[in-house]
Amino acid sequence: MSTVATAEARRVRKYHLGLVAVAALLLLLSLVRVMSGFDDITSSGTFQAALMLAVPIGLAGLGGLWAERAGIVNIGLEGMMVLGTWFAGWAGYQWGATAALVAGLIAGALGGLLHAIATVGFGVDHIISGVAINLLGPGITRFLSEVLYAEGTKAGEAGAGLTTSPALSSQAPSVSLPLFSSGPDWLGSLEETHIFLLSDVAGILGGLTRNVNVLVILAVALIPLTYYVLWHTAFGLRLRSSGENPWAAESLGVNVYRTKYVATVISGALAGLGGVFLVFITTKYVEGQTAGRGFIGLAAMIFGNWRPGGLAMGASLFGYADGLQLRSSQAVTGFFLFGALLLIIWAGLRVRKQLAGRGTAEEQLAGVKHYTLLAAAALGAVVLFWLWMTVDKLPNEFVFITPHVLTLLVLSVASQRLRMPKADGVRYRRGEQH
Amino acid sequence: MSSETLAPAIPAVELEGITKRFPGVVANHDIRITVDPGTVHAIVGENGAGKSTLMKILYGMQKPDEGQIRVNGEDVTFRTPSDAINAGIGMVHQHFMLADNFTVLENIVLGAEPTKAGRLDRATARERIMKLADTHGLRIDPDRMVEELGVGDRQRVEILKVLYRGARILILDEPTAVLVPQEVDELFGNLRELKAEGLTVIFISHKLDEVLSIADAITVIRRGTTVASVDPQDVTARGLAELMVGSELPTPETRESTVTDTVVLDVSGVTVAGPGRPLLADVSFPVRAGEVVGIAGVEGNGQSELIEAIMGLQVLQSGAIRLGEEDIATWSTLRRREAGIGYIPEDRHRQGLLLEASLWENRALGHQTRRPAKKGIWIDRSATRADTERIVKDYDVRTPSVETLALALSGGNQQKLIVGREMSGLPRFLIAAHPTRGVDVGAQAAIWDHLRNARALGLAVLLISADLDELIGLSDTLYVIYRGRLVARLDPGNVTPERLGGYMTGAITNSEES
Amino acid sequence: MPAGLYRALLTVAGAAVAIVLAIAISSVAIVAAGADPFTAFAAFFDFGSKEATQVSGVTFIINRAVPLFIAGLAVAVGFRMNLFNIGVEGQYRIAAICAAFVGSQFSLPAPLQITFIILVAMIVGGLYALIPAVLKVTRGVNEVISTIMLNYIAINLAAFLVRGPFAGERKEGLLTTSTPELPESAMFPNFNFLFEMFGLPSPRGAGLWGFVGVAIVLGIVLWVVLERTRFGFEVKASGLNSMAALASGVNPKKMIISAMVLSGAIAGLIGLPEILGRTGNYGTGFTAGLGFLGIAVALLGRNKPVGIAVAALLFGFLDRAQTPLQFANIPPSVVVIIQGAIVLLVVIANEITGRMALRREERRAARQLGTTTPVEVAV
Repeated sequence: MSTVATAEARRVRKYHLGLVAVAALLLLLSLVRVMSGFDDITSSGTFQAALMLAVPIGLAGLGGLWAERAGIVNIGLEGMMVLGTWFAGWAGYQWGATAALVAGLIAGALGGLLHAIATVGFGVDHIISGVAINLLGPGITRFLSEVLYAEGTKAGEAGAGLTTSPALSSQAPSVSLPLFSSGPDWLGSLEETHIFLLSDVAGILGGLTRNVNVLVILAVALIPLTYYVLWHTAFGLRLRSSGENPWAAESLGVNVYRTKYVATVISGALAGLGGVFLVFITTKYVEGQTAGRGFIGLAAMIFGNWRPGGLAMGASLFGYADGLQLRSSQAVTGFFLFGALLLIIWAGLRVRKQLAGRGTAEEQLAGVKHYTLLAAAALGAVVLFWLWMTVDKLPNEFVFITPHVLTLLVLSVASQRLRMPKADGVRYRRGEQH
Repeated sequence: MSSETLAPAIPAVELEGITKRFPGVVANHDIRITVDPGTVHAIVGENGAGKSTLMKILYGMQKPDEGQIRVNGEDVTFRTPSDAINAGIGMVHQHFMLADNFTVLENIVLGAEPTKAGRLDRATARERIMKLADTHGLRIDPDRMVEELGVGDRQRVEILKVLYRGARILILDEPTAVLVPQEVDELFGNLRELKAEGLTVIFISHKLDEVLSIADAITVIRRGTTVASVDPQDVTARGLAELMVGSELPTPETRESTVTDTVVLDVSGVTVAGPGRPLLADVSFPVRAGEVVGIAGVEGNGQSELIEAIMGLQVLQSGAIRLGEEDIATWSTLRRREAGIGYIPEDRHRQGLLLEASLWENRALGHQTRRPAKKGIWIDRSATRADTERIVKDYDVRTPSVETLALALSGGNQQKLIVGREMSGLPRFLIAAHPTRGVDVGAQAAIWDHLRNARALGLAVLLISADLDELIGLSDTLYVIYRGRLVARLDPGNVTPERLGGYMTGAITNSEES
Repeated sequence: MPAGLYRALLTVAGAAVAIVLAIAISSVAIVAAGADPFTAFAAFFDFGSKEATQVSGVTFIINRAVPLFIAGLAVAVGFRMNLFNIGVEGQYRIAAICAAFVGSQFSLPAPLQITFIILVAMIVGGLYALIPAVLKVTRGVNEVISTIMLNYIAINLAAFLVRGPFAGERKEGLLTTSTPELPESAMFPNFNFLFEMFGLPSPRGAGLWGFVGVAIVLGIVLWVVLERTRFGFEVKASGLNSMAALASGVNPKKMIISAMVLSGAIAGLIGLPEILGRTGNYGTGFTAGLGFLGIAVALLGRNKPVGIAVAALLFGFLDRAQTPLQFANIPPSVVVIIQGAIVLLVVIANEITGRMALRREERRAARQLGTTTPVEVAV
């Protein structure tokens, strides 16, 4: 079983590398905070907001993950999320938070079912069906608003309008970590001291543990749960096999159609749940509040290479960008400095590697490319540094596009290394092919 | 199950009067086969004779329109593969049904997973797989990713998949097509071991010598129906072949030589880099006008790369390709085609046809920059249609009209269309890659005739095929490719398939003879 | 019956069934909303009793259909070679604001001015579409994801530009911002004479946008290019089987780039009917979402110019009914439901009719062989 042992060793090494990376990131963040003077970069408030904003993105991403692992491309996530928001608002103002949750979940699941019927049942191209659902979602909800929230209706008197529902009648309960984040609030007082690194850690931990909505905890728990179900259960194996090689699965008696249906419905339900959280944040349904988060969720999933852990990282990153912008739009400029430092570190690592492993013919051949890359990195660092020195405040629009630009960058750098399920987006018909 | 042990005379599988029709076509007609338990039973037949359809029926992937299947004496109806699996039947597919991104273990247990409290129980699965592998002598590492495995390993995974489900009857669909001889030997060893343990093996093939060496009983299928059941002891390969193709056994033999001195295509020192060793290493050969140069080799030894290099779909690391007087190594595919290279691709569905387009549009494919398809910047529709009519007539393409989608035609007719199209560009040089693969016997003979006629008119042909009889029969010069190198140049006039096989597998290594 | 005609008839029949089903579904919605579906459908055909209102209604339909038609064409160019340009939305917005701004910076005689603006829009749209094309060709980035990302980037960029660098003088008391006014020479003359020719009154407001002429010419040119030229053949071949196209000497990289840029260039025109026909600037009130609707229109029209024209007019017809529906006390967004349902049902119908046509041809081809010769069928 030597292969098992080496696999084990590889996993441990990966784990340690991860820890080192997290530590380095913290150090860098706190350095940027001290240098730029924007405490919000690591304040608990920012991280609280980031968590709230990351959850809907992460849920949409999870929705994408479930569908795509089963081989169904789901760009209809946005439309399903819209359905989730409307029904959460509608049920929430009448019967409270729990009802909102259930209604949003079911509405999203129905959207998923529609996608499954079109793609699995009728063999419609996945992209086309997704586009149609993205048209239908807002259409249906607008129609429902016009019917149910019109002036003179019961809801209208409760404060509804054509584009908003009345406020939720109850909120999901929140919890804080005792002693650390509530009562004496040790983390809070530590954060106030603004000590290098220590306060930053306290701020981050505080933000993630103070007044956390119970449902946020549940949502975060869905990430490991998804990992467990997809990678460690029989059902998960069948689901992933439907996305890798459905014909093989079919030949072994797996009901590929049913698996794909289930996966797509769950996908829709998760997207709907993402919508529910948006409603919880604003305490009511507002038309257009998804603002493309379904697509960003999809981006987070690709960013994370179709894996739950990577997806969570992507969602956190995008949530953080949103959260920081919300707290202090000026603090965002600190990230020019962050980028500059990152580039310098990367260039330094590359130079070291080059010095250590000099000599082989291949590396000589790659030399020219190597130096151009280094030069580009240095130039980039200088430009970013200059931007940090000169720009006071970044227009909001540029902050909004951060996730999209990042995704494009990741895709263009790592597209070859990303590994999507092999039969993702393929029209599967039972008995055809092979 | 119990009946089997009590009365071994009861056949393991009995097919009676199986008939299967596809829209307008009868794929299987009144098939009758009886397979005794504990034997290796071979089903032989030409490509397109209906073997695969029959196996799909037996494995529950298709429903027969008529007829009865009995397993161990009991009537069964299979609606899905699961039903067949439950009846103890397992299938090893010709194209492996494996998920590359999964481990061997995951591929084996899929659909029959052991679980512990809902959790996939990998430990139990690993134990069971190792035990099965040990008892049947199938070496395997359950934790390797399938994408890292070679062909022989993958086939063992397929067999283990079937055994893991407790199958007592194994169907192997053309299992040796992708194996090198050593792997074939190993597979046959495994099959004999399985047989010794009382399992029944149904072995589908059209390679007669292999069938004769492994089978205990042989059933011959021709044109969708069973024509004979023979004992391998009292039949020769030649006799079996005649049973397979009926009276009209076509021979690919070329008569007198038409080879001239004019070199049309000259490949010299062509090398294509690969991830490890080069895919093509220093390949050189000339093709003369009126000459058919055959390339023999086990699939995956560089044939595809050679074709791609000549067609301009593959980047050369070094070497030159000369068409007439010009070095075409840096030319685009289009320019090469325009200069007179025709191409019958090895996989017509992947590279040769627009399945969802009409026949005349397929006629224009690859000729979109030449007459009759082109007129200025336009596609000349009427001229192209007229020329397609000509091909349909001259090459006997059976189709309702030239507006029919290519998808609707049978394999043989699709291939005849492609041959007609590639010939109509008046090429100087033609690449024919597996020109008769997967076509019926009639079309095969017709295609051979067309190649012969074109050769007589001075066409230079590069023939790549897995069918050794075709290679020996059609070629004027024969090269053997092995691991990306041309290892031998042979005279097809006095080479036997056995000798050729020796070169193809690297068993004989001396090069150059005449 | 010839195979081509049979396929076409089946397609039309499928679309008709889909539309009937969509109407049935929306009737259910209308009933659920407590209204009478017949009143609703009456509203769709209620163009008023006066000639003037009827003319205005027709004008609305055409004015709405023109940008949708152009958007559908832009999408279809990509779709025909399996290139999913979801980015038409971003391409047309960025092109529209650039064209509106550039056009406002100088004044030339009308034909030159308009030609210049059209060119700027096409170039900007094409260049913006070049980004995903280059990413796909050089880095293997899937165009669906990259164009979705580029949509958001374009929308935010346009929002930034209209507030900042490209902002014109804000009029007294107005909260909205826009690019500077275009000179009079940039405004496309209206086609109201078409009504006057028949003795009908001119529509009110800006009238029938003259850009409809450009759209028709564009549609015809594109049809000719896609259906009759070598380039169109290569687009179709690449879409049906990229491997076969490659082996036939079609350069896939060149095709991806040229199809994507062509798609983007056409997308650049989507905003111009509105800017050159009515508003004279790109403002915060600029019509959004035409790119996404263009996808629906292209799907409905099966990526063929004539089909797209019919689909765009259908959408325009449905959209016009929003006001009469409101008067009839029926939620006007029922229109969006009808549109969405039609699109989804039509693509499903296409799948079914496609399979039916294929099966028929397989049977006919098999009959040619004679029923006695069994043939292995790839299934």
